[in-house]
Amino acid sequence: MSALGSIVPLAFGALRRNRMRSSLTSLGVIIGVGALIVTVSSGEGSKAVLQAQLATLGTNLLIILPGSSTSGGARGGPGSGKPLTHADLLDLVAGVSAARYSAPVDRTTTQVVIDNQNWLTTVYGSTPEFFAIRDWTLARGRFFTSGEADSGAKVCLLGQTVATQLFGNGDPLGQVVRVKIMPCEVVGVLGGKGQSSQGQDQDDLVVMPWVTFKSRMMSQDRVHVGSILISALSPDEVSHAQSQAMGVLRQAHRLSDKELDDFTVRNLADLAATQEQAADTQTGMLRNVAAVSLLVGGIGIMNIMLVSVTERTREIGIRLAIGASENRVLLQFLVEAIVLSAAGGLVGIALGLGGSLALSAINHWPFIVSPGWVLMAFGLSMGIGVVFGFYPARKAARMNPIDALRFE
Amino acid sequence: MSGEPLIDLKAVTRTYLTGAATVHALINVTLTIAPGELVAIMGPSGSGKSTLLNVLGCLDQPTSGSYRFEGREVATLTRAERAALRLSAFGFVFQGFQLIARTDALDNVELPLVYADVPGPERRTRAMDALARVGLVGREHHTPAQLSGGQQQRVAIARALVNRPRLILADEPTGALDTRTSIEVLGLLQSLNHGGITVVVVTHEPDIALYASRRLVVRDGRVISDDRQRAHDAAADLQALPQKAA
Ligand SMILES: Nc1ncnc2c1ncn2[C@@H]1O[C@H](COP(=O)(O)OP(=O)(O)O)[C@@H](O)[C@H]1O
Ligand SMILES: [Mg+2]
Repeated sequence: MSALGSIVPLAFGALRRNRMRSSLTSLGVIIGVGALIVTVSSGEGSKAVLQAQLATLGTNLLIILPGSSTSGGARGGPGSGKPLTHADLLDLVAGVSAARYSAPVDRTTTQVVIDNQNWLTTVYGSTPEFFAIRDWTLARGRFFTSGEADSGAKVCLLGQTVATQLFGNGDPLGQVVRVKIMPCEVVGVLGGKGQSSQGQDQDDLVVMPWVTFKSRMMSQDRVHVGSILISALSPDEVSHAQSQAMGVLRQAHRLSDKELDDFTVRNLADLAATQEQAADTQTGMLRNVAAVSLLVGGIGIMNIMLVSVTERTREIGIRLAIGASENRVLLQFLVEAIVLSAAGGLVGIALGLGGSLALSAINHWPFIVSPGWVLMAFGLSMGIGVVFGFYPARKAARMNPIDALRFE
Repeated sequence: MSGEPLIDLKAVTRTYLTGAATVHALINVTLTIAPGELVAIMGPSGSGKSTLLNVLGCLDQPTSGSYRFEGREVATLTRAERAALRLSAFGFVFQGFQLIARTDALDNVELPLVYADVPGPERRTRAMDALARVGLVGREHHTPAQLSGGQQQRVAIARALVNRPRLILADEPTGALDTRTSIEVLGLLQSLNHGGITVVVVTHEPDIALYASRRLVVRDGRVISDDRQRAHDAAADLQALPQKAA
């Protein structure tokens, strides 16, 4: 179409003549599109970090805690109500066919001492399944065996942080550390996991057999279990495993249909959801800034186009009088509005990408920009030109040429 | 007179309703113009000359009456149909030049061709030819602000003739020009007329009307006289004028 070929350069010419005005007018669109790009990019970046961190928790993970999760009323959160028992664990192992591994977990905070070095850390008591469920790797040595777990052997594994704090660059394997009051042989050092999404050091721990933990760290109580971890056969089996576990526990705890759960089964997806929600609230504010800026930017474009149409009334009169069709005049001013807002969109995209890059550097998350979003932001800025440029353009196209020619 | 008239007005009335007052700008105008005529429309200010010209050029519509152009009724055309007719059949020289500011002469002249969707290269050649015809070779890239009044009027005439119209309508084309330049402009219109284009010129200066072959006088919206005359030759008169200092 030859019409556009002559109209687009015309639009650029008209905008170039009012360079300052054009750039100020585009400011709203620039800020809006820029904020939009930053919103999306930082949202994606923080989500990627979150997912990477959640993955360190272990795959297909279910966490069973004592107490109801219902938050309303006086019912209380996890930890209140009936504690979990070792019998529950055995029922779960027998009854949850969608589970690959199940493990009891108890923990306490205590001193670990070797020679004149000591370190305050969290000590976990569990079974070898724990390492599989939580995706722990070995840096050195070995995990403890089922035999050691059952017999309550005095063996333990150190997290990277604990190993470094107690032994520096030395070799902890075979060394005997004192955990609380119990001497315990180090059989392995766990691979590093780094910080959790809450900023905790996941490598600051000691793991020993659950039986050992219960008989030496606690007061000989080998009935109650602090929490139970289950890993499902596959990601698709997580919800199946969850409902199976709930059924098993309701039966074990002899709950009637009217009674609420006295335990909580959490899965990783729930956890991810709550954390993503927190991230979303952060980006939500920026999104509002983007939306308001785009609206203001659109109104600015409409305003300046109305001014421009009035200023150029005589020019419009000439064009119409010569025989330009209404559509050609409409298209001319519409294209001008689109060029104006699309140019703002391009600048906004550039600024947004710069801002996202800076944010990703500050927050140590990956710089993620999908071309689809950039294209969409550009399309959006063009759309703003169309929507807000239409009324001024139509005003130009509908002028009476005789009156327009006489306009002073 | 033989053959079909180019323009055939019958009982044309144009009434403006402005708030309280009703202005009868044209009252019962009946008029024919044959192809190849050069007509001057005269009359005092406010008599309805521009209104008549706008009706002839399909910029305005009669309130009542009939207007046939080349035998076709055009008084009742839609806005879009009138625009298309203006583009293809008429060339306008508006009062006060009416060139697009900050746009060079060539682009101004090309404008009707742009809207007629004439392809770029042909547009350029035809616009250059039109500018050459009005004696503006070398001024193609001057903007209106860089041209004298006479030169601006020549650009306006080039724009009016570039789409090869059958009828050129000029409203007070010499209004802002000195005597010599005015005669030059009339000379141009005469030469276009000799080339076969019908020309209608509105003027309130009797000296300018001398160059037309027919003289209509309008007063209070009515045509009060319609005389044919021997037109003065603008080219010859220019020769007789004392040379302007270069
Ligand atoms: N748009 C309009 N609205 C109201 N009255 C108008 C309008 N245009 C012209 N007139 C009136 O119509 C009459 C003729 O105007 P016009 O044709 O411009 O006269 P001329 O060109 O001979 O000076 C004048 O009285 C003028 O005031
Ligand atoms: Mg007039």
